[in-house]
Amino acid sequence: MDPHVQVKNLNVYYGKQQALKDVNIEIPKKQITVIMGPSGCGKTTLLKTFNRFLELTDGAQLTGEVLVDGENIYDRDVDVTEVRKVVGLLAQRPSPLPMSIYDNVVYGMHIHKMKRDRREYKAAVKHYLEIAGLWEEVQKRMHDPATSLSIGQQQRLCLARGLAVEPEIILGDEPTSALDPISSQNIEARLIELKQQYTTVIVTHTLRQAKRLADYVIYMYMGEVVEAGPASEVFNNPQHKRTRAYLEGLF
Amino acid sequence: MGMKKKRWERRHLVELFMKAIMLVSLFLVAGALGLILWTIISRGLPALNLDMVTQTPKGGFYMGREGGVLNAIIGSIYLAIGGTMLAIAFSLPITLYLKAYLGDSKWGDYIRLSLDVLWGIPSIVYGAFGFTLMIAVGLRASLLAGIIVLALVELPIMARAMDEVIRRMPVDLEHAALALGSTKFEVAVRVVVRQMLPGIVTSVLLAFGRGIGDAASVLFTAGYTDRIVTSLMRPTASLPLAVFFQLGSPYPEVQQRGYASALILTIIVLAVSLSSRWISARLNKYTVK
Repeated sequence: MDPHVQVKNLNVYYGKQQALKDVNIEIPKKQITVIMGPSGCGKTTLLKTFNRFLELTDGAQLTGEVLVDGENIYDRDVDVTEVRKVVGLLAQRPSPLPMSIYDNVVYGMHIHKMKRDRREYKAAVKHYLEIAGLWEEVQKRMHDPATSLSIGQQQRLCLARGLAVEPEIILGDEPTSALDPISSQNIEARLIELKQQYTTVIVTHTLRQAKRLADYVIYMYMGEVVEAGPASEVFNNPQHKRTRAYLEGLF
Repeated sequence: MGMKKKRWERRHLVELFMKAIMLVSLFLVAGALGLILWTIISRGLPALNLDMVTQTPKGGFYMGREGGVLNAIIGSIYLAIGGTMLAIAFSLPITLYLKAYLGDSKWGDYIRLSLDVLWGIPSIVYGAFGFTLMIAVGLRASLLAGIIVLALVELPIMARAMDEVIRRMPVDLEHAALALGSTKFEVAVRVVVRQMLPGIVTSVLLAFGRGIGDAASVLFTAGYTDRIVTSLMRPTASLPLAVFFQLGSPYPEVQQRGYASALILTIIVLAVSLSSRWISARLNKYTVK
């Protein structure tokens, strides 16, 4: 396996409560990795350590290493904004920025000064909206408020906005849980299309979605990684009895 | 079925009683405002003519029955706009720093507490403080000194109002911007300010209202003059002081002119409120609800 992200001896505490216990995993490059497990098992916490969002939670403490392409993102001399440029996030609920559709997509490219002039920005906005499957629907209303879109459209806008800063890794924190079935399908289809180019890590609590998307699976329970491996192996032949119980829907 | 309203049950009586208290409060406040407006309008309107808003006083501001208060109108507008601009220049960075870096920490609370204390200080104290400071640096009563002291008067209101507005920033929005690799500063300036702009405009307006209506702080610091101010270093008239001097005059005609000056001040405040509401509604277009 060619790991893109390596997690070594990772422990996370919220105050005195330990949320992650000695996590050691590797996340393969340009595949979809699905983190699953019952609620409260630490899936989202683990995801948050990948873009250093954990430090936005008061009282969260972390020990261990998270390496992206061999570089520890928790090193002192690492710039957190660079980490988040490389590791994008698709949140649970879409949250468009308080600006127009166009400005939402262009925002990240602006702050990172990624293009030279207006024409390049415009072309890039079109490009990423096309990738997110939203261009057709919004091309005539680029300067409308982003909030005028439906929730499903907003989530695709957030995907376009995230891709526009040219990340290598996309994190998805239950990215379809707020959406209707059609919009969810749409987002899933996008993620599958994109896995050729991006390393994708999705947290989900629906087993069926995990089966549809996963190339690689991490099963967590009570803050520990119980089992991790290629999807076909974990789904067809789970090694651990807890994983088997979860897959059989026992809890 | 037992679904008929039990009118005399205790909880219904409490509801009725509370409703009555709220209505009485509403009428008291609205009534007081109505009375003030009625006093100003009924006494001021007869003396309000074109001369009042196009001429400077003839025969002195205290005795004069001719001319107008153009000097005070222009002086007040300069003072209030200058003071408000200066207050914005300090309030916005203070509140953004509170939001982005201090949050609800101990230091954040200390700063909020000191702003609250400053808010409660009477403006005459600011005037006296400004005056002492002016003597120390050799500055005479002038438009500049008035602007600086008004900015001090306005700052705590503006900063605290902005702070309360900005604290209600939805955390999801902030996280969305951070997830794209924004620095905290970029989040503050590009996202928080944009999202909270309508509320920020209201905060500025609140402070402007206090600034333009304040007499005590400009009494020592901006002075008073019958001429229209032409330089930052010259003293200037202001509407609240015009009202104060004219009402203190022994002549009924001049007192009436005082009410007319008060009416002009009220109209300016009203115009500023309405226009900023209009601006604020337009800015609302992109905010996330």
